[in-house]
Amino acid sequence: MTAVAPAEGTRLVDRFERGLDAPICLTWELTYACNLACVHCLSSSGRRDPRELTTDECRALIDEFERMQIFYVNIGGGEPTIRSDFWDLVDYATAHHVGVKFSTNGSRITEQVAARLAASDYVDVQISLDGATAEVNDAVRGEGSFATAVTAMERLAAAGFAGFKLSVVATRHNVGQLDDFKAIADRYGAQLRLTRLRPSGRGADVWDDLHPTAAQQRQLYDWLVERGEDVLTGDSFFHLAGYGDALPGLNLCGAGRVVCLVDPVGDVYACPFAIHDEFLAGNVRGTGGFAGVWRSSELFRQLREPQSAGACASCGHYDACRGGCMAAKFFTGLPLDGPDPECVLGHGEHALDARADDLATPRPSPDHSARPRRVAVALTPRVVTPARPPDRSCDEHPLAGFAPDAAAPR
Amino acid sequence: MSPTPPPADASFDAARPYDLHPQVSLRPESFGALAYHYGTRRLSFLKSRTLVEVVESLADQPSGLAACRAAGVAPEEQGVYEQALARLAESGMIRERVA
Repeated sequence: MTAVAPAEGTRLVDRFERGLDAPICLTWELTYACNLACVHCLSSSGRRDPRELTTDECRALIDEFERMQIFYVNIGGGEPTIRSDFWDLVDYATAHHVGVKFSTNGSRITEQVAARLAASDYVDVQISLDGATAEVNDAVRGEGSFATAVTAMERLAAAGFAGFKLSVVATRHNVGQLDDFKAIADRYGAQLRLTRLRPSGRGADVWDDLHPTAAQQRQLYDWLVERGEDVLTGDSFFHLAGYGDALPGLNLCGAGRVVCLVDPVGDVYACPFAIHDEFLAGNVRGTGGFAGVWRSSELFRQLREPQSAGACASCGHYDACRGGCMAAKFFTGLPLDGPDPECVLGHGEHALDARADDLATPRPSPDHSARPRRVAVALTPRVVTPARPPDRSCDEHPLAGFAPDAAAPR
Repeated sequence: MSPTPPPADASFDAARPYDLHPQVSLRPESFGALAYHYGTRRLSFLKSRTLVEVVESLADQPSGLAACRAAGVAPEEQGVYEQALARLAESGMIRERVA
């Protein structure tokens, strides 16, 4: 991103923190269905939700995006290509001047699909890969997922699609593979994109084990600074700006201010890493539609007000890191007006250590993981209480996460 | 598809005619405008309304300089505006047009 002077008055970042009339871009998760079950899935995906937006509702939403001049949407899921109307919706969006970038595990990138994508001016593809070797990747994303992603990249490259994205979530096990990821991206003419592991969704369960160590964070930061704009980050490492120079990008938390998330059932959340009632702004099925939520939701209004630096107020780096990621703090049980759990000065680690032993960290809501659903095997039909995610991991009972399709519990 | 790299020789010359790249979309904002290039997938911020006016009028003016004049850019500000236009040319947002 480039800011082009001359500036009149206020700093751009301050303007953005006060919110724009429409998001710059937004993440739109099309379905909770997924053929994989990645251990760190932000949206706890697995099963389709019966209330997911219909094709007509999706089209109406795209019309609204067009009216609001939202340049592009980042489509994800779940695995978005599983929806039978996926390609129709992509065509509909691009025909209505809404560019599409979609994230996929690559399982449905056939040679035909690759050729079709290569021919489009307004569609970008992001292949997810979380290890530069099958061993590291498959431990997180599932058996065979490395080979699937590589096949998809081969097909895109063979079809002449240059510059698609290779999207990697930085973890403790792959930070040592950064050069290898870059080499893979280069091999297929792709651009490497590295993003931060968030303790959101199922990521909450694995964050302690998978998030980079303090030394790895420094290594990651130095590597990114060296690569400059050559490697994309989706602005996801602004919490590392306290190390020194800011990484390319806006370096602010855009949640509810310049970005947001629309989930498969039309719920609008402040950001893709905050799928929890606490950050739910409204639903696109409401009378005001998406624009109504974006412009009038109470949550977004609050996010656009000056935020308290709280415990970080006296820190000389606050202006650089802005206290880090709201979702990372929330799901690790830290106060929102304090340090990020991965604060480069180590304040986050201290705050984590100081948490009460019996603290129940917030559980993601809702949970569409496929796994808990299989545990209930009833020989005779019976009424079950609509499931609610366990309040803490030790509370898990056999019906946790069980959601009968027709009941559509929240 | 392949993102179009900005042309290698994208130096800006205020005496020459320019226009907005056809794959660029401008969205008005209180501070100026957001510009998004669907080809390079880059986003730029036009940080003043006058600059937006300059950029929008490029296609109708015989030169970059004329576009600045028409938008009321004062001569002492001309340098700053030319720098801004040069950055937009560099990123492929605006391009020299065949007069």
